[in-house]
Amino acid sequence: MDYLLSLLIWLPILAGITVITFGNNRVYIVKWFSLILSIIILLLSIQLWLNFDSSTSLMQFVENYVWIEKFNINYHIGIDGISMPLIILTTISIFITILASWDNIKNKVAYYMAAFLIMEGLIIGLFSALDTILFYVFWEASLIPMLIIIGIWGGANRVYASIKFFLYTFFGSVFMLISFIYMYNKIGSFALQDFNELPLSIIEQSWIFWAFLLAFAVKVPMFPVHTWLPDAHVEAPTGGSVILAAIMLKMGGYGFFRLSLPIVPDATMKFATFVIVLSLIAIVYIGFIALVQKDMKKLIAYSSISHMGFVTLGIFSLFSILQINADNNIIGNFEGAYLGMEGAMIQMISHGFISAAMFLVVGVLYDRLHSREIKTYGGIINSMPKFTGFAILFAMANAGLPGTSGFVGEFMVILSSIQANFWYAFFAAMTLIIGAAYTLWMVKRVFWGPVKNNNIKNLKDINNREFFILAILALIILIIGIYPQFIIEIMHVSIVNLIEQAFTNKLAI
Amino acid sequence: MIEIYITIVLAPLFGSIIVGLTGNKLGRNLSHNIAILGVVISTVLSFYVFNHHIIEEAQIFNENIYTWAQIGNLNISIGFLIDNLSAVMLVIVSFVSLMVHIYTIGYMREDPEYAKFFSYISLFTFAMFMLVMSNNFMQLFFGWEAVGLVSYLLIGFWYKKKSAIAASLKAFIVNRVGDFGMLLGLALILMFFGTLDYIEIFALSNNVNNQTIMGVSVITLICLFLFAGAMGKSAQVPLHVWLPGSMEGPTPISALIHAATMVTAGIFMVSRMSPIFELSNVALTFIMIIGAVTALSMGLLGIVQNDIKRVVAYSTLSQLGYMTVALGVSAYSVAIMHLMTHAFFKSLLFLAAGSVIVAMHHQQNIHNMGGIRNKMPITYSASLIGTLALIGFPGFSGFFSKELIIEAVHYSNLPFANIVYYVVIFGVFITALYSLRMFFLVFHGKPRMKMKTFNSIKETSYYITIPLIILSIPSIFIGYFTVEKILFGNWLDNSITINSQIHGSIEQLKKYFHSELKFIIHAFMTVPFWMMLSGAFCAWWFTIYKPNWATFLKQKLRRTNYILESLYGFDRLNNIVFVKGSKKLGNILWKVSDIKIIDNIFVNGSAKLIRFIGSIIRKAQTGYIYHYAFSMIIGLIIILMWVIFMNYKTFILPIF
Repeated sequence: MDYLLSLLIWLPILAGITVITFGNNRVYIVKWFSLILSIIILLLSIQLWLNFDSSTSLMQFVENYVWIEKFNINYHIGIDGISMPLIILTTISIFITILASWDNIKNKVAYYMAAFLIMEGLIIGLFSALDTILFYVFWEASLIPMLIIIGIWGGANRVYASIKFFLYTFFGSVFMLISFIYMYNKIGSFALQDFNELPLSIIEQSWIFWAFLLAFAVKVPMFPVHTWLPDAHVEAPTGGSVILAAIMLKMGGYGFFRLSLPIVPDATMKFATFVIVLSLIAIVYIGFIALVQKDMKKLIAYSSISHMGFVTLGIFSLFSILQINADNNIIGNFEGAYLGMEGAMIQMISHGFISAAMFLVVGVLYDRLHSREIKTYGGIINSMPKFTGFAILFAMANAGLPGTSGFVGEFMVILSSIQANFWYAFFAAMTLIIGAAYTLWMVKRVFWGPVKNNNIKNLKDINNREFFILAILALIILIIGIYPQFIIEIMHVSIVNLIEQAFTNKLAI
Repeated sequence: MIEIYITIVLAPLFGSIIVGLTGNKLGRNLSHNIAILGVVISTVLSFYVFNHHIIEEAQIFNENIYTWAQIGNLNISIGFLIDNLSAVMLVIVSFVSLMVHIYTIGYMREDPEYAKFFSYISLFTFAMFMLVMSNNFMQLFFGWEAVGLVSYLLIGFWYKKKSAIAASLKAFIVNRVGDFGMLLGLALILMFFGTLDYIEIFALSNNVNNQTIMGVSVITLICLFLFAGAMGKSAQVPLHVWLPGSMEGPTPISALIHAATMVTAGIFMVSRMSPIFELSNVALTFIMIIGAVTALSMGLLGIVQNDIKRVVAYSTLSQLGYMTVALGVSAYSVAIMHLMTHAFFKSLLFLAAGSVIVAMHHQQNIHNMGGIRNKMPITYSASLIGTLALIGFPGFSGFFSKELIIEAVHYSNLPFANIVYYVVIFGVFITALYSLRMFFLVFHGKPRMKMKTFNSIKETSYYITIPLIILSIPSIFIGYFTVEKILFGNWLDNSITINSQIHGSIEQLKKYFHSELKFIIHAFMTVPFWMMLSGAFCAWWFTIYKPNWATFLKQKLRRTNYILESLYGFDRLNNIVFVKGSKKLGNILWKVSDIKIIDNIFVNGSAKLIRFIGSIIRKAQTGYIYHYAFSMIIGLIIILMWVIFMNYKTFILPIF
C-alpha cells in the first residue's frame, strides 16, 4: 500500500521497457501484454482512488527519498485531490488508446505500445511529483515518447509537426527550469512545499510567473502559442492524438494549479486579467477558426484549444471574485470561486474524455477510408448507424449538452466568471453557439445526408472492439454529466486549500 | 408521492432506452408497446398527480432527489417542484404525448427506423417532464437543452433529405442563441441570489429588486436574458426562423414537439418565474411587444403558405405570440390556459394534417388538394373542430383563452398596451383568414388532383383516427370547463405571483366575468367575433366563391406578396450576416492571423531568423587556422581598447 504511487509510476515504465525487449515481431504477445498491463495499472489507480481520503487537503501516499543529495533533490511524491482525478484520467486514456490501436498499427508495434506505457508512467509521475526537479524531469521526459509517436507513426508531414511540437513545448519549459534554479539559490531546496512558503518580492514573482506562464500556456495551449497543436494532431496517429488531447494538454492546466497559484500568488493576481483575456480569445477566436476547418482532426484540435480556454478562465477568474481586505481576510463569494476552480478541473477531465472520444471517432473513419477531409464523407449514418449514434453523442458532449460531461465544466466556469466580470461570462457563453455550430456542422456534413459515394456505401459498421471502446467513453461522459458530484467531492478540500494559498501574501517582508 | 413523481419521469426514459438500444430486434409491435407502456404509466400517474394537487389541493411538493454538485454551500440538485402549474403541464404533456405515440403507429408504419422514432419521442417525453417538474434552474436548463436535442434528432429523422438535416442544424443553432441568453440569465441569478433553487430565489426576489449591474437593474437584465431563452424555444421574432423549417420532420413530432409541448416551454418558464418577471415593467413591456409582433407578422405569413404543415406552423408561431402577449400583460394563468387549449387543438390540427398527408400519399401542397371532405369524414370533422377552436369560435376551447388574452391586454396599463390591443384584435381576423383558407382549400371546393389519386383517398387507419377523435374532445370542451377555475379558482394560484396593484389585468377580468355561458353569449357582440367572421368570410370568398380574385389580388399586391413570400427576408439576412459572415471571419482569422502572422512570422520566422544568423556566423567557421588566429587578434585588440577606454583616466589622461 505504501508504495502504490511509486508502483503506478514505475510499473508502466518497466512494462514499456519489457515490451521493447519482446521485439516488434511478436505482435500478438506485445499487444496482449500491453493491454493486460494497462488494465492492471488502471485497476491499481482505482485502488488508489478507493484509498484516497477526500476529507483532507494534505498530500497522501507520500514517499520521500533522497535522490541527489548534493543539490538537495529528493524523490518526493504524493497526491491530493487535484492530482487524483487526473491520474485516473491518465490510466483510463492509456488503456483505451492501447485497445484502440489494436489493429491499425502494423509497423513497430512493440515500440508503439512501449511509448504509450512509458508515457503513462511519466505522466503519473508528473501529476504526483512534489519535488520540482522531479516535476521537471517528468515534464520533459514525457515529450520524448510523444515526439517518437508523432515522428514514427505520424502522417506525411510528421517531421515538421514533431519538431514543431518538441521545440514549442521545450522552449516553454526551459524558463520554468530557470525559475526553479533561481528559487533553489534562495533556499537551497527544490521541494515544492518549500517553494510554496518562500517569500518573493513582486518583481521576482512576476519573472517567475511569466516563466511558468510560458511553459504552461504552450502546453494548454493558450492563444497565441497554440499553433503547434493542430499540426501535431493532424500528423499524429489516432492513439497519439488521443493521448495528446486527453492528457498532455492537462499538464499545462495542472501546472497552473500546482505551481503558479501557490508559488507566485501575488504575481498571478496581478496578471490574471491578461490570462483571462487570452482565454476568452481562445474561446471565441479559435471557435471561429474551428468553424472553417476542412480537416476533421484540425477541427477537433481547434475545438480543444477553445475548450481548454475554459480551464484557464476558471482558474484566473478567481482573483476577480475574491479579494483580500485590509485585515488580510479573504472576502467575496467563495462559492463563485469554487465553481470556477472546480469547473476548470472538471473541464480538464471532461475534455480529456470527450476529445479522446472525438479523435477515436475520426480514427475509426480514417482506418476505413484513410482520409480526414470532411468532404470525403457524407451520409455515414446509412452504412454505420451504431457508430453514428456514438458520434452524435460525443458531438453533443463537445457542444456542451447538459447531461454530458461537456456541460458541467463550461456551466460551472460561466456561472463563476460572471461574478468576476459580466463580459467574461458573455464571451465565454458564446461557445454555446459557436461550439454547437462547428461541431454539428461537421456532424451534418459527415454523418447525415444521403450516401455520398460507393466507398461510404460499403463501409462496415464498428466491430465489437470499437464498440466497446466507444461505449466506455460514452458511459463515462454520461456519468460525469449526470453526477459530477463524485469528482467534485474528491477535489473540493484541496481546492479550498489551494485558494487559501493563492491568497496568501508572499511578498518578502 | 416522491416515488410517483420519479416514476412519471423515468417510465418514458426506460421505455426510450430499451427501445433505442434493442432497436428493431424487438419487432415493431413490441417496440411500440414498450414505448407506449412507459407513456401510459406516466399519463395515468399524471392524472393522479393532477387530482392530488388540484382537486384535492395538496401541499406544494418540493424535494431534491440527489445532489448534482455540492460546491461549498451551494447545492445544485436534481429535484421536483410539483405545484398546480407543474400538474397542469404534466397532464398536457403526457396526454398529448400518449396520443402522438398511438398516432405514430399508424403514421410511421412503413418507416424502416420505426423503433428509433419511438425511442426518440419517449426520450422527448422524459426530457419535457424533467423540464416542467424541475425545482431549480440547472435541471430546467437540462430539460430545456434535452428537448432541443430530441427536436434536432427528430427534425433530421429522415436524414437522407438534405432539407431536413439543414433544418435540424438550423433549429439547434438558433435555439442555442436563445440558450446563450438564458445561460447568462442563470449566471446572473446565481450571482445575485446565490442559489438556483426556485423557491429560494422567489423568497429573495425583493432583496435583489433594487440592485444594479453596469447601471442596469439586475432583475430587468435577468428577465430579459431568461426571455431570450424563451424566444428561442418558443420561437418569437427574430428567433422564430427555425420553427417553419422544423416541419421537415415527421408530422407526429410536429404535433408533439413543435406545436403542443416543447415550443411552449418558454411560456411555461416565464410563468414559472412570474415572481421575478413581475418586478420588471421594462421586461414585461418588451415581452408584450415581441409577442404582439410575432402574433401579427407570423399570422400574415400563414396566409401565403401553400404547404399544409407550414400553414399550421405559422399559425403555431402566431398563437405562441398570443401567449407571449398574455405573459407580457401579467396574465400568466391566461397564457397557460391558452397553452393548454392550444396544445390540444393544435396537435389535433397537426395530426389531422398528417392524416391528410398520409391519405394524399405524402402530398403537402394545399393547392393540389380540395374536395376530400366526404372521403375522410373523421379527419374532416377533426380539422373542423381544430379550426374552430383555433379561430376562437365562441364556445370552443380556443375562444375562451384567446378572448381572455385580448381582454387582458385591454385592461393592461403597460406602455403600448393600447396598440397591442388593436394588434391582437386584428390578429383574430388574420387567424380566421389563414385557418379557413387552408381548411377550404383542403377539404372543400373541387378536387385539384388526378382522378386516380382522388379515388384512392380513403380514411386513414384507426391508429390515426382514434387520437383525432380523443383530441377533439378537449379541443371543444376544455375551455368551457376550465375558464372559471383558471381565472378565479385554485388552479394556478399557488404557482403564480402577480403584483396586482401595478398589473391589474387579471383582477379586472375577474370583475367582468360572470359565467361561461354569459361569456359566450357576450362574445357575439364583441369586435373580435366580427373580426373572426369577416376573416372567415374572406377566406371563403377567395378560396371557394371567387378563387380567381385571389390570383388577381396577388398580382395587384405583388410587392406585399413578395415580402410575405420571402418571409420578411429573415432567412436571407441570417444567411448573409451570420452564416456567411462567420465563415468569412473564421477564414480570415485562420488564414491571416493563425497561419500568416503567428505561424509564418513568429514561429517559422524565428526558426528562419536563427537559421539566418547561423548562416552568417557559419561564414566565420572557415576551418583555416590563420582565420581563427586573425580573429583572435582582432578580438584581443577590441577587448584591449575597451579596457583602455573604460579606464581612460589611468591609461589615456596621463599621455596628455
